[in-house]
Amino acid sequence: MDKVTNVVFAGLGGQGVLKVADILSDAAFSAGFDVKQSEVHGMSQRGGSVNSDVRFGARVWSPMVPLGEADFLVVTEPTQVDNNRHCLKEGGLLIDPSLFLGDDYDDIEDLNDDDDCPITLRNFNVAMLGALSAHLQFEDAVWEAAIKANLPAKAHAENLAVFAFGREKAQEQE
Amino acid sequence: MGEAKRLLLMGNDAVARAALDAGVTLGTGYPGTPSTEILEEFGRIGGRAQWAPNEKVALEVGIGVAFAGSRVLVTMKHVGINVASDPLFTVAYTGVTGALVIISADDPEMHSSQNEQDNRNYSRAAGVPTLEPCDAQESYDMFLAAVEISERWGMPVILRMTTRVCHSKGVVQTRADIPAPQAPHFVRDIPARLMVPGYARPAHRRLRKKLAEIKAWNETAPFNQCFDGGAELGIITSGVSFLHAREAAPEASICKIGMCYPFPDEFIRAFSQKVKRCLVVEEGDPYLVENCRMNGIAVENKPEMFRFGELNVARVKRILAGDTSTEPTFPPGNPPKLCADCSHRTVSGVLAEKQCIVAGDIGCYTLGGLKPLEAMDSCVCMGASIGVGLGLRHALPKEEAKRVVSVIGDSTFVHSGITGLVDMVYNPPPTGHVVIIVDNGTTAMTGLQEHPGTGRTMSHKATGKLVFEDLARAVGIAKVHVIDPVAQKEQFDALLQASLDSEELVLIIARRLCSLGAPKLEAYEKASGRQ
Repeated sequence: MDKVTNVVFAGLGGQGVLKVADILSDAAFSAGFDVKQSEVHGMSQRGGSVNSDVRFGARVWSPMVPLGEADFLVVTEPTQVDNNRHCLKEGGLLIDPSLFLGDDYDDIEDLNDDDDCPITLRNFNVAMLGALSAHLQFEDAVWEAAIKANLPAKAHAENLAVFAFGREKAQEQE
Repeated sequence: MGEAKRLLLMGNDAVARAALDAGVTLGTGYPGTPSTEILEEFGRIGGRAQWAPNEKVALEVGIGVAFAGSRVLVTMKHVGINVASDPLFTVAYTGVTGALVIISADDPEMHSSQNEQDNRNYSRAAGVPTLEPCDAQESYDMFLAAVEISERWGMPVILRMTTRVCHSKGVVQTRADIPAPQAPHFVRDIPARLMVPGYARPAHRRLRKKLAEIKAWNETAPFNQCFDGGAELGIITSGVSFLHAREAAPEASICKIGMCYPFPDEFIRAFSQKVKRCLVVEEGDPYLVENCRMNGIAVENKPEMFRFGELNVARVKRILAGDTSTEPTFPPGNPPKLCADCSHRTVSGVLAEKQCIVAGDIGCYTLGGLKPLEAMDSCVCMGASIGVGLGLRHALPKEEAKRVVSVIGDSTFVHSGITGLVDMVYNPPPTGHVVIIVDNGTTAMTGLQEHPGTGRTMSHKATGKLVFEDLARAVGIAKVHVIDPVAQKEQFDALLQASLDSEELVLIIARRLCSLGAPKLEAYEKASGRQ
């Protein structure tokens, strides 16, 4: 519990990067940790790169994940992997869209056309968070409450389902 | 006032919560990253919040509220203080009866700004007590302290935040024991508030006397803290730099300055004498360094390369190690760009094609100045497009002067463009001038805020509306055109060409709703009941 866990989320404006960072922060806060989350708002909504740092532990000082100290780097857009890789510590875990879409995947738009997969462009961020959750020790109820607190009621069922899908996918891979 | 709660809040939201808990009568300001969410959140949780046309008006309204004995919150980004500096310097003289707390949200690194000015310099220049929170909890606590200081000494107080304080979340314990505000009432005090020379001279002396008292109080004030570590290294720091320093050097002794003006030099001197190496770790200008040295406290400054941009744990480690080698660079992310169907693209395209010399302004359309269009030649400050365009027209040879166009957004025009228009009529250049208001019906860049030109309040209710074309005609501009630059692209192109050729004073209002915000904006307008 003393060690601070560092998570960096990265993607493009409009993908819900900040939303999933909010959900993780809420979950960590409910689980009793000190939490800091840092991001830059503003011009990012014009389609630019978006990052959010979430840190939790017994006591967190700086709100930004120090360079090369991220335990997890969660990237929701394939083009944003290379410019964020330096955030990861040695042995840190990269979670990127290839988890769901294979290595030759480069067009995120295809998500909406696959009827066998519950993931859509809109809920992809939550699927990625589900994948991250497989590596964190929060109870299911904590995740559920955090997801519900950050999304409108009509989106709860869909997002809880896609979160669980992401979580299973990550567990299968381990 | 509610009960005490433990919440996870962004720094901006913590300020809003503190303002609500303190019974602030009114929150006003102008949107600007990273300050925007403070007023929005204050309104959302039940406070009375409103957007002002610009920061100067916001502060003036704030002064009035505080003259009435109430508590008031005035928010702006760092460059907003430049606009509000005229009333700021003199309200320091008049003082206030209630509490006047001004938020200055600085943007080191210029994530979303045209400069990275360090507004602690204003504190000293204007003589306004200033608190610097490091995180969300301190943003909450220090807002309340600012209210207390403001009421105790009858002084405006600045809460100086930075991007990483405004936009970082942290755990906040709120309070339920905040003394209630006094009932608003007018007390006539002409010598205190009528700043003519005969009254202003004693007012300046009163200001210095108050500052001396606050300085004495600040020497033992709770927000200046020492964290004992070893005697080898002592770090003097403030704001978010404190957090980076604490993490970068857990073994060091730290002197954290919570109230940076009036400067608590005795407190810092005592700290400096206990350590062998005494280093200042601060973002931006060497404000603490210079104040230390002015008071005869020997401190080490960071190498000049760290004056630029934000600090973080890695950079603080470098400062401590005196490492001035080149910092690593990483592949750049995607820069922001205009939305695919944005009308600014069309306008920029036409301007580029005509090889206009474009005096630009601040908003999404500034992105039109980047590659590939490069349809903007300057961007200085809010409203500068019109004055700069006029100046170019006055000085350039005729054939070049005739290509000069000023481009300004709707919210920016309200903020600081109107007086430029008046100058255009009063001092017309020999070749005339063409101003384009790119009117997308919202303050798009900062996140779709309302402004007087939308005719809707911060909470999207119908209110008085500033109609640009009526205003321009009233000011004395004969040629005023309203056109949709996308639906009537060819006509827009022809109109611009004819206007440039005419050598007259022309205002073109290129009006089309922001493509990103259109569904919301249309719904607000419908709900406002005006249509």
